[in-house]
Amino acid sequence: MPVGALTPLLLTLKVALCATLLATLFGVLFARMLGRKRSVTRDVAESVLTLPLVLPPTVLGYYLLVVLGRNGAIGSWLLDHFGITLIFTWQGAVIAAAIAAFPLILRSARAAFTDVDRSLEQAARTLGLREPAVFFRVTLPLAWRGVLAGALLAFARAMGEFGATLMIAGSLPGRTQTLALAIYDAVMAGDDARAATLVWISLLLAIVVLLIAARLLQRHTP
Amino acid sequence: MMQLRVAVTKYLQADRREFRLDVSFESDADITILFGPSGAGKTLTLQAIAGLLRPDQGAIRFGGRLLFDSAQRVDVPTRQRDIGFVFQDYALFPHLTVGQNVAFARSRGWRQARSTDTANRRLLESFDLAACADAFPAQLSGGQRQRVALARALAATPQLLLLDEPFAALDAPLRARLRGELLALQRSRSVPMVVITHDPDDVSALGGRVVLLQDGQVRAPP
Repeated sequence: MPVGALTPLLLTLKVALCATLLATLFGVLFARMLGRKRSVTRDVAESVLTLPLVLPPTVLGYYLLVVLGRNGAIGSWLLDHFGITLIFTWQGAVIAAAIAAFPLILRSARAAFTDVDRSLEQAARTLGLREPAVFFRVTLPLAWRGVLAGALLAFARAMGEFGATLMIAGSLPGRTQTLALAIYDAVMAGDDARAATLVWISLLLAIVVLLIAARLLQRHTP
Repeated sequence: MMQLRVAVTKYLQADRREFRLDVSFESDADITILFGPSGAGKTLTLQAIAGLLRPDQGAIRFGGRLLFDSAQRVDVPTRQRDIGFVFQDYALFPHLTVGQNVAFARSRGWRQARSTDTANRRLLESFDLAACADAFPAQLSGGQRQRVALARALAATPQLLLLDEPFAALDAPLRARLRGELLALQRSRSVPMVVITHDPDDVSALGGRVVLLQDGQVRAPP
Protein backbone atom coordinates (compact mmCIF):
# COMPACT_ATOMS: atom_id res chain seq x y z
CA MET A 1 0.00 0.00 0.00
CA PRO A 2 1.50 3.34 -1.07
CA VAL A 3 2.33 5.79 1.66
CA GLY A 4 -0.51 8.19 2.36
CA ALA A 5 -3.29 5.93 1.08
CA LEU A 6 -3.72 3.86 4.23
CA THR A 7 -4.72 6.78 6.42
CA PRO A 8 -7.73 7.92 4.35
CA LEU A 9 -8.73 4.28 3.83
CA LEU A 10 -8.81 3.50 7.55
CA LEU A 11 -10.53 6.79 8.31
CA THR A 12 -13.17 6.06 5.65
CA LEU A 13 -13.84 2.63 7.14
CA LYS A 14 -14.05 4.04 10.67
CA VAL A 15 -16.41 6.85 9.69
CA ALA A 16 -18.60 4.66 7.47
CA LEU A 17 -18.83 1.92 10.09
CA CYS A 18 -19.79 4.28 12.93
CA ALA A 19 -22.23 6.13 10.66
CA THR A 20 -23.87 2.84 9.58
CA LEU A 21 -24.28 1.69 13.18
CA LEU A 22 -25.83 5.02 14.14
CA ALA A 23 -28.09 5.11 11.07
CA THR A 24 -29.18 1.47 11.60
CA LEU A 25 -30.10 2.11 15.22
CA PHE A 26 -32.25 5.14 14.41
CA GLY A 27 -33.51 3.74 11.09
CA VAL A 28 -34.86 0.60 12.76
CA LEU A 29 -36.33 2.65 15.61
CA PHE A 30 -38.19 5.03 13.29
CA ALA A 31 -39.27 2.23 10.94
CA ARG A 32 -40.80 0.50 13.95
CA MET A 33 -42.53 3.72 15.04
CA LEU A 34 -43.96 4.28 11.56
CA GLY A 35 -45.35 0.74 11.73
CA ARG A 36 -47.20 -1.16 9.07
CA LYS A 37 -50.36 0.94 8.90
CA ARG A 38 -50.47 3.67 6.27
CA SER A 39 -51.95 7.06 7.03
CA VAL A 40 -51.45 10.64 5.89
CA THR A 41 -49.48 11.50 9.05
CA ARG A 42 -47.21 8.48 8.66
CA ASP A 43 -46.65 9.16 4.95
CA VAL A 44 -45.72 12.78 5.68
CA ALA A 45 -43.40 11.65 8.48
CA GLU A 46 -41.72 9.14 6.18
CA SER A 47 -41.28 11.80 3.48
CA VAL A 48 -39.67 14.22 5.93
CA LEU A 49 -37.37 11.48 7.24
CA THR A 50 -36.41 10.60 3.65
CA LEU A 51 -35.38 14.19 2.84
CA PRO A 52 -31.62 13.58 3.43
CA LEU A 53 -31.70 11.18 0.49
CA VAL A 54 -33.05 13.69 -1.99
CA LEU A 55 -31.66 17.00 -0.71
CA PRO A 56 -28.34 18.18 -2.15
CA PRO A 57 -25.63 17.12 0.34
CA THR A 58 -24.58 20.77 0.65
CA VAL A 59 -28.05 21.66 1.93
CA LEU A 60 -27.64 18.91 4.50
CA GLY A 61 -24.20 20.28 5.38
CA TYR A 62 -25.63 23.76 5.73
CA TYR A 63 -28.29 22.64 8.19
CA LEU A 64 -25.78 20.54 10.12
CA LEU A 65 -23.59 23.65 10.48
CA VAL A 66 -26.59 25.64 11.62
CA VAL A 67 -27.50 23.06 14.27
CA LEU A 68 -24.09 21.71 15.32
CA GLY A 69 -21.92 24.82 14.80
CA ARG A 70 -20.52 26.80 17.73
CA ASN A 71 -23.60 29.02 17.71
CA GLY A 72 -26.03 26.27 16.79
CA ALA A 73 -28.69 24.94 19.15
CA ILE A 74 -26.98 21.62 19.84
CA GLY A 75 -23.44 22.81 19.06
CA SER A 76 -23.43 25.57 21.66
CA TRP A 77 -25.00 23.28 24.27
CA LEU A 78 -22.34 20.62 23.68
CA LEU A 79 -19.61 23.27 23.90
CA ASP A 80 -20.99 24.85 27.09
CA HIS A 81 -21.65 21.61 28.97
CA PHE A 82 -19.01 19.19 27.70
CA GLY A 83 -16.50 21.36 25.87
CA ILE A 84 -17.16 19.30 22.75
CA THR A 85 -17.08 20.74 19.28
CA LEU A 86 -18.05 18.56 16.32
CA ILE A 87 -16.97 20.91 13.55
CA PHE A 88 -13.76 19.76 11.80
CA THR A 89 -13.70 16.41 13.64
CA TRP A 90 -14.15 12.84 12.39
CA GLN A 91 -17.13 12.53 14.73
CA GLY A 92 -18.73 15.39 12.77
CA ALA A 93 -18.08 13.40 9.59
CA VAL A 94 -19.82 10.41 11.19
CA ILE A 95 -22.93 12.47 11.88
CA ALA A 96 -22.99 13.85 8.35
CA ALA A 97 -22.61 10.37 6.84
CA ALA A 98 -25.15 8.84 9.25
CA ILE A 99 -27.83 11.38 8.35
CA ALA A 100 -27.16 10.96 4.63
CA ALA A 101 -27.42 7.16 4.97
CA PHE A 102 -30.36 7.06 7.41
CA PRO A 103 -33.23 7.10 4.84
CA LEU A 104 -31.83 3.99 3.11
CA ILE A 105 -32.12 1.99 6.33
CA LEU A 106 -35.47 3.50 7.23
CA ARG A 107 -37.08 2.54 3.94
CA SER A 108 -35.71 -0.99 3.70
CA ALA A 109 -36.40 -1.70 7.37
CA ARG A 110 -39.99 -0.48 7.13
CA ALA A 111 -40.58 -2.58 4.00
CA ALA A 112 -39.02 -5.60 5.70
CA PHE A 113 -41.17 -5.18 8.84
CA THR A 114 -44.30 -4.83 6.72
CA ASP A 115 -43.42 -8.03 4.85
CA VAL A 116 -43.50 -10.06 8.07
CA ASP A 117 -46.70 -12.12 8.22
CA ARG A 118 -49.11 -10.31 10.55
CA SER A 119 -50.51 -13.51 11.99
CA LEU A 120 -47.05 -14.37 13.38
CA GLU A 121 -47.02 -11.16 15.41
CA GLN A 122 -50.60 -11.80 16.48
CA ALA A 123 -49.68 -15.34 17.54
CA ALA A 124 -46.93 -13.90 19.75
CA ARG A 125 -49.48 -11.54 21.34
CA THR A 126 -51.88 -14.38 22.10
CA LEU A 127 -48.91 -16.16 23.73
CA GLY A 128 -48.59 -13.31 26.22
CA LEU A 129 -45.83 -11.13 24.78
CA ARG A 130 -45.68 -7.35 25.09
CA GLU A 131 -45.05 -5.29 21.97
CA PRO A 132 -41.26 -4.85 22.46
CA ALA A 133 -40.87 -8.61 22.96
CA VAL A 134 -42.99 -9.28 19.86
CA PHE A 135 -40.64 -7.00 17.94
CA PHE A 136 -37.38 -8.51 19.17
CA ARG A 137 -38.46 -12.16 19.09
CA VAL A 138 -40.62 -12.28 15.97
CA THR A 139 -40.54 -9.20 13.73
CA LEU A 140 -36.81 -8.41 13.79
CA PRO A 141 -35.53 -11.99 13.40
CA LEU A 142 -37.82 -12.42 10.37
CA ALA A 143 -36.93 -9.06 8.84
CA TRP A 144 -33.17 -9.01 9.43
CA ARG A 145 -32.31 -9.64 5.78
CA GLY A 146 -34.11 -6.48 4.72
CA VAL A 147 -32.53 -4.50 7.55
CA LEU A 148 -29.09 -5.83 6.63
CA ALA A 149 -29.60 -5.00 2.95
CA GLY A 150 -30.45 -1.45 4.02
CA ALA A 151 -27.41 -1.33 6.29
CA LEU A 152 -25.08 -2.35 3.45
CA LEU A 153 -26.56 0.30 1.15
CA ALA A 154 -26.14 2.77 3.99
CA PHE A 155 -22.51 1.72 4.44
CA ALA A 156 -21.84 2.30 0.74
CA ARG A 157 -23.56 5.67 0.89
CA ALA A 158 -21.63 6.63 4.03
CA MET A 159 -18.31 5.69 2.40
CA GLY A 160 -19.05 7.95 -0.54
CA GLU A 161 -20.33 10.91 1.51
CA PHE A 162 -18.69 14.08 0.23
CA GLY A 163 -20.71 17.29 0.28
CA ALA A 164 -22.06 17.38 3.81
CA THR A 165 -18.81 15.95 5.21
CA LEU A 166 -16.76 18.64 3.49
CA MET A 167 -18.95 21.38 4.95
CA ILE A 168 -19.05 20.12 8.53
CA ALA A 169 -15.70 18.31 8.91
CA GLY A 170 -13.59 19.89 6.23
CA SER A 171 -10.87 17.97 4.42
CA LEU A 172 -8.06 17.76 6.95
CA PRO A 173 -5.50 15.11 5.90
CA GLY A 174 -5.19 12.43 8.57
CA ARG A 175 -8.13 13.80 10.58
CA THR A 176 -11.24 14.19 8.47
CA GLN A 177 -10.03 13.50 4.95
CA THR A 178 -11.84 10.33 3.84
CA LEU A 179 -11.17 8.61 0.49
CA ALA A 180 -13.80 10.60 -1.38
CA LEU A 181 -12.32 13.87 -0.11
CA ALA A 182 -8.72 12.73 -0.63
CA ILE A 183 -9.44 11.93 -4.29
CA TYR A 184 -10.84 15.41 -4.86
CA ASP A 185 -7.86 16.89 -3.02
CA ALA A 186 -5.35 14.91 -5.14
CA VAL A 187 -7.03 15.88 -8.41
CA MET A 188 -7.12 19.55 -7.43
CA ALA A 189 -3.41 19.36 -6.49
CA GLY A 190 -2.60 17.78 -9.88
CA ASP A 191 -1.33 14.59 -8.21
CA ASP A 192 -2.76 12.17 -10.78
CA ALA A 193 -0.86 9.13 -9.52
CA ARG A 194 -2.22 9.54 -6.01
CA ALA A 195 -5.74 10.16 -7.34
CA ALA A 196 -5.56 6.98 -9.44
CA THR A 197 -4.37 4.91 -6.46
CA LEU A 198 -7.16 6.20 -4.24
CA VAL A 199 -9.75 5.59 -6.97
CA TRP A 200 -8.59 1.97 -7.27
CA ILE A 201 -8.84 1.50 -3.53
CA SER A 202 -12.38 2.92 -3.54
CA LEU A 203 -13.34 0.61 -6.36
CA LEU A 204 -11.94 -2.47 -4.61
CA LEU A 205 -13.68 -1.50 -1.39
CA ALA A 206 -17.02 -1.13 -3.18
CA ILE A 207 -16.62 -4.55 -4.81
CA VAL A 208 -15.78 -6.16 -1.47
CA VAL A 209 -18.91 -4.61 0.11
CA LEU A 210 -21.06 -5.87 -2.77
CA LEU A 211 -19.57 -9.37 -2.49
CA ILE A 212 -20.24 -9.45 1.26
CA ALA A 213 -23.78 -8.22 0.61
CA ALA A 214 -24.44 -10.93 -1.96
CA ARG A 215 -23.02 -13.56 0.41
CA LEU A 216 -25.06 -12.42 3.41
CA LEU A 217 -28.27 -11.97 1.49
CA GLN A 218 -28.11 -15.34 -0.22
CA ARG A 219 -31.29 -17.24 0.45
CA HIS A 220 -30.67 -20.28 2.58
CA THR A 221 -33.47 -22.31 4.09
CA PRO A 222 -33.01 -22.91 7.81
CA MET B 1 -68.85 -23.78 34.16
CA MET B 2 -67.11 -21.06 32.17
CA GLN B 3 -69.54 -19.04 30.14
CA LEU B 4 -68.63 -17.14 26.99
CA ARG B 5 -70.84 -14.19 26.11
CA VAL B 6 -70.27 -12.28 22.91
CA ALA B 7 -72.32 -9.35 21.63
CA VAL B 8 -70.35 -7.16 19.26
CA THR B 9 -70.64 -5.15 16.07
CA LYS B 10 -67.91 -4.14 13.67
CA TYR B 11 -68.11 -2.29 10.38
CA LEU B 12 -65.34 -3.00 7.89
CA GLN B 13 -64.66 -1.42 4.55
CA ALA B 14 -61.95 -2.20 2.00
CA ASP B 15 -61.75 -1.71 -1.75
CA ARG B 16 -65.39 -0.64 -2.11
CA ARG B 17 -66.51 -3.80 -0.35
CA GLU B 18 -68.19 -3.47 2.99
CA PHE B 19 -69.01 -5.94 5.69
CA ARG B 20 -71.02 -5.58 8.84
CA LEU B 21 -70.43 -7.97 11.68
CA ASP B 22 -73.25 -8.08 14.23
CA VAL B 23 -72.95 -11.25 16.28
CA SER B 24 -74.45 -12.13 19.58
CA PHE B 25 -74.34 -15.51 21.28
CA GLU B 26 -73.55 -17.18 24.55
CA SER B 27 -72.27 -20.62 25.30
CA ASP B 28 -71.10 -22.62 28.27
CA ALA B 29 -70.38 -25.77 26.27
CA ASP B 30 -66.96 -27.45 26.34
CA ILE B 31 -66.86 -27.09 22.59
CA THR B 32 -68.59 -24.24 20.81
CA ILE B 33 -68.66 -24.48 17.05
CA LEU B 34 -68.90 -21.39 14.86
CA PHE B 35 -70.40 -22.84 11.73
CA GLY B 36 -71.12 -21.14 8.45
CA PRO B 37 -69.98 -20.45 4.88
CA SER B 38 -66.75 -18.59 4.22
CA GLY B 39 -67.18 -14.83 4.49
CA ALA B 40 -69.77 -15.20 7.25
CA GLY B 41 -67.60 -13.42 9.82
CA LYS B 42 -66.42 -16.46 11.77
CA THR B 43 -62.77 -15.47 11.84
CA LEU B 44 -63.61 -11.85 12.71
CA THR B 45 -65.66 -13.09 15.66
CA LEU B 46 -62.79 -15.27 16.86
CA GLN B 47 -60.33 -12.37 16.47
CA ALA B 48 -62.64 -10.13 18.51
CA ILE B 49 -62.72 -12.70 21.33
CA ALA B 50 -58.91 -12.90 21.30
CA GLY B 51 -58.52 -9.11 21.19
CA LEU B 52 -56.93 -9.14 17.74
CA LEU B 53 -59.85 -7.16 16.32
CA ARG B 54 -61.39 -4.24 18.16
CA PRO B 55 -65.19 -4.16 17.84
CA ASP B 56 -67.01 -0.85 17.30
CA GLN B 57 -69.67 -1.62 19.89
CA GLY B 58 -70.60 -4.30 22.34
CA ALA B 59 -69.13 -6.49 25.02
CA ILE B 60 -67.26 -9.75 25.42
CA ARG B 61 -67.18 -11.71 28.65
CA PHE B 62 -65.63 -15.00 29.52
CA GLY B 63 -66.06 -16.82 32.82
CA GLY B 64 -67.28 -13.71 34.58
CA ARG B 65 -64.32 -11.68 33.34
CA LEU B 66 -65.04 -8.62 31.24
CA LEU B 67 -62.67 -8.69 28.25
CA PHE B 68 -64.20 -5.94 26.18
CA ASP B 69 -66.93 -3.37 26.72
CA SER B 70 -67.26 -0.34 24.48
CA ALA B 71 -69.61 1.41 26.91
CA GLN B 72 -67.25 1.02 29.87
CA ARG B 73 -64.15 1.52 27.69
CA VAL B 74 -62.74 -1.83 28.70
CA ASP B 75 -60.38 -3.50 26.25
CA VAL B 76 -58.09 -6.07 27.84
CA PRO B 77 -54.96 -6.44 25.68
CA THR B 78 -54.57 -9.73 23.83
CA ARG B 79 -51.56 -10.77 25.93
CA GLN B 80 -53.60 -10.52 29.16
CA ARG B 81 -56.73 -12.36 28.00
CA ASP B 82 -55.39 -15.88 28.69
CA ILE B 83 -56.94 -17.03 25.44
CA GLY B 84 -55.07 -19.40 23.15
CA PHE B 85 -55.40 -19.09 19.39
CA VAL B 86 -54.69 -21.73 16.76
CA PHE B 87 -54.53 -19.89 13.45
CA GLN B 88 -55.89 -21.32 10.23
CA ASP B 89 -52.42 -21.59 8.67
CA TYR B 90 -51.05 -22.35 12.19
CA ALA B 91 -48.76 -19.26 12.15
CA LEU B 92 -45.78 -21.24 13.44
CA PHE B 93 -42.65 -19.15 13.83
CA PRO B 94 -40.59 -20.15 10.79
CA HIS B 95 -37.29 -19.06 12.34
CA LEU B 96 -37.70 -21.25 15.43
CA THR B 97 -37.53 -25.01 15.82
CA VAL B 98 -40.52 -27.09 16.92
CA GLY B 99 -39.11 -27.16 20.45
CA GLN B 100 -38.64 -23.39 20.50
CA ASN B 101 -42.11 -22.79 19.05
CA VAL B 102 -43.68 -24.86 21.81
CA ALA B 103 -41.52 -23.19 24.49
CA PHE B 104 -42.31 -19.71 23.13
CA ALA B 105 -44.83 -18.69 25.80
CA ARG B 106 -42.65 -19.91 28.67
CA SER B 107 -40.72 -16.68 28.49
CA ARG B 108 -42.68 -13.52 27.92
CA GLY B 109 -39.62 -11.29 28.00
CA TRP B 110 -37.22 -10.36 25.24
CA ARG B 111 -35.36 -13.63 25.27
CA GLN B 112 -36.45 -17.02 24.10
CA ALA B 113 -36.94 -19.62 26.87
CA ARG B 114 -34.87 -22.80 26.85
CA SER B 115 -36.69 -25.49 24.89
CA THR B 116 -34.85 -28.41 26.49
CA ASP B 117 -36.24 -28.24 30.03
CA THR B 118 -38.28 -31.12 31.40
CA ALA B 119 -41.68 -29.45 31.22
CA ASN B 120 -41.23 -28.58 27.58
CA ARG B 121 -39.91 -32.03 26.71
CA ARG B 122 -42.90 -33.63 28.40
CA LEU B 123 -45.28 -31.42 26.44
CA LEU B 124 -43.50 -32.30 23.19
CA GLU B 125 -43.77 -35.99 24.05
CA SER B 126 -47.47 -35.77 24.84
CA PHE B 127 -48.05 -34.31 21.39
CA ASP B 128 -45.82 -36.93 19.75
CA LEU B 129 -43.39 -34.22 18.68
CA ALA B 130 -40.25 -35.25 20.58
CA ALA B 131 -38.66 -36.76 17.46
CA CYS B 132 -38.95 -33.55 15.48
CA ALA B 133 -38.12 -31.09 18.28
CA ASP B 134 -35.13 -29.75 16.36
CA ALA B 135 -36.90 -29.54 13.00
CA PHE B 136 -38.19 -26.27 11.57
CA PRO B 137 -41.91 -25.83 10.74
CA ALA B 138 -41.19 -25.87 6.99
CA GLN B 139 -39.96 -29.46 7.33
CA LEU B 140 -43.14 -30.77 9.00
CA SER B 141 -46.25 -32.47 7.63
CA GLY B 142 -49.66 -30.81 7.94
CA GLY B 143 -50.69 -32.98 10.88
CA GLN B 144 -47.44 -32.28 12.73
CA ARG B 145 -47.83 -28.56 12.17
CA GLN B 146 -51.27 -28.64 13.71
CA ARG B 147 -49.95 -30.48 16.76
CA VAL B 148 -47.16 -27.90 17.15
CA ALA B 149 -49.73 -25.10 16.99
CA LEU B 150 -51.89 -26.83 19.62
CA ALA B 151 -48.94 -27.56 21.91
CA ARG B 152 -47.64 -24.01 21.57
CA ALA B 153 -51.04 -22.53 22.46
CA LEU B 154 -51.59 -24.90 25.41
CA ALA B 155 -48.09 -24.27 26.82
CA ALA B 156 -49.37 -20.82 27.76
CA THR B 157 -52.11 -22.54 29.88
CA PRO B 158 -55.00 -20.58 28.37
CA GLN B 159 -58.47 -20.46 29.96
CA LEU B 160 -60.08 -20.72 26.52
CA LEU B 161 -58.74 -22.07 23.24
CA LEU B 162 -59.84 -20.65 19.89
CA LEU B 163 -59.27 -22.70 16.73
CA ASP B 164 -59.74 -21.20 13.28
CA GLU B 165 -60.54 -23.94 10.73
CA PRO B 166 -58.13 -26.39 12.42
CA PHE B 167 -58.70 -29.13 9.84
CA ALA B 168 -58.99 -27.10 6.64
CA ALA B 169 -55.36 -27.65 5.60
CA LEU B 170 -55.50 -31.43 6.04
CA ASP B 171 -56.63 -34.33 3.84
CA ALA B 172 -59.73 -36.37 4.75
CA PRO B 173 -58.21 -39.42 6.55
CA LEU B 174 -55.94 -37.19 8.65
CA ARG B 175 -58.88 -34.90 9.38
CA ALA B 176 -60.88 -37.76 10.87
CA ARG B 177 -57.97 -38.82 13.09
CA LEU B 178 -57.19 -35.31 14.30
CA ARG B 179 -60.83 -34.64 15.19
CA GLY B 180 -60.54 -37.58 17.59
CA GLU B 181 -57.26 -36.20 18.96
CA LEU B 182 -58.80 -32.77 19.50
CA LEU B 183 -61.77 -34.26 21.38
CA ALA B 184 -59.44 -36.30 23.57
CA LEU B 185 -57.32 -33.23 24.18
CA GLN B 186 -60.34 -31.18 25.20
CA ARG B 187 -61.33 -33.82 27.74
CA SER B 188 -57.85 -34.36 29.18
CA ARG B 189 -57.04 -30.66 29.52
CA SER B 190 -60.63 -29.60 30.23
CA VAL B 191 -60.05 -26.32 28.44
CA PRO B 192 -63.14 -24.93 26.70
CA MET B 193 -62.78 -24.48 22.96
CA VAL B 194 -64.35 -22.38 20.25
CA VAL B 195 -63.85 -24.02 16.86
CA ILE B 196 -64.54 -22.50 13.47
CA THR B 197 -65.56 -24.77 10.62
CA HIS B 198 -67.59 -24.85 7.43
CA ASP B 199 -67.46 -28.65 7.26
CA PRO B 200 -70.68 -30.38 8.51
CA ASP B 201 -68.59 -33.50 9.31
CA ASP B 202 -66.67 -31.48 11.89
CA VAL B 203 -69.94 -30.47 13.51
CA SER B 204 -71.24 -34.03 13.83
CA ALA B 205 -67.88 -35.36 15.02
CA LEU B 206 -67.12 -32.71 17.60
CA GLY B 207 -70.63 -32.16 18.93
CA GLY B 208 -71.05 -29.31 21.36
CA ARG B 209 -72.99 -26.13 20.92
CA VAL B 210 -73.34 -24.91 17.33
CA VAL B 211 -73.57 -21.22 16.51
CA LEU B 212 -74.63 -20.70 12.91
CA LEU B 213 -73.19 -17.61 11.25
CA GLN B 214 -74.29 -16.11 7.96
CA ASP B 215 -73.56 -12.68 6.47
CA GLY B 216 -72.08 -11.47 9.73
CA GLN B 217 -75.06 -12.48 11.86
CA VAL B 218 -76.10 -15.40 14.04
CA ARG B 219 -78.98 -17.37 12.51
CA ALA B 220 -81.33 -19.84 14.15
CA PRO B 221 -80.21 -23.40 13.43
CA PRO B 222 -82.42 -25.11 10.81
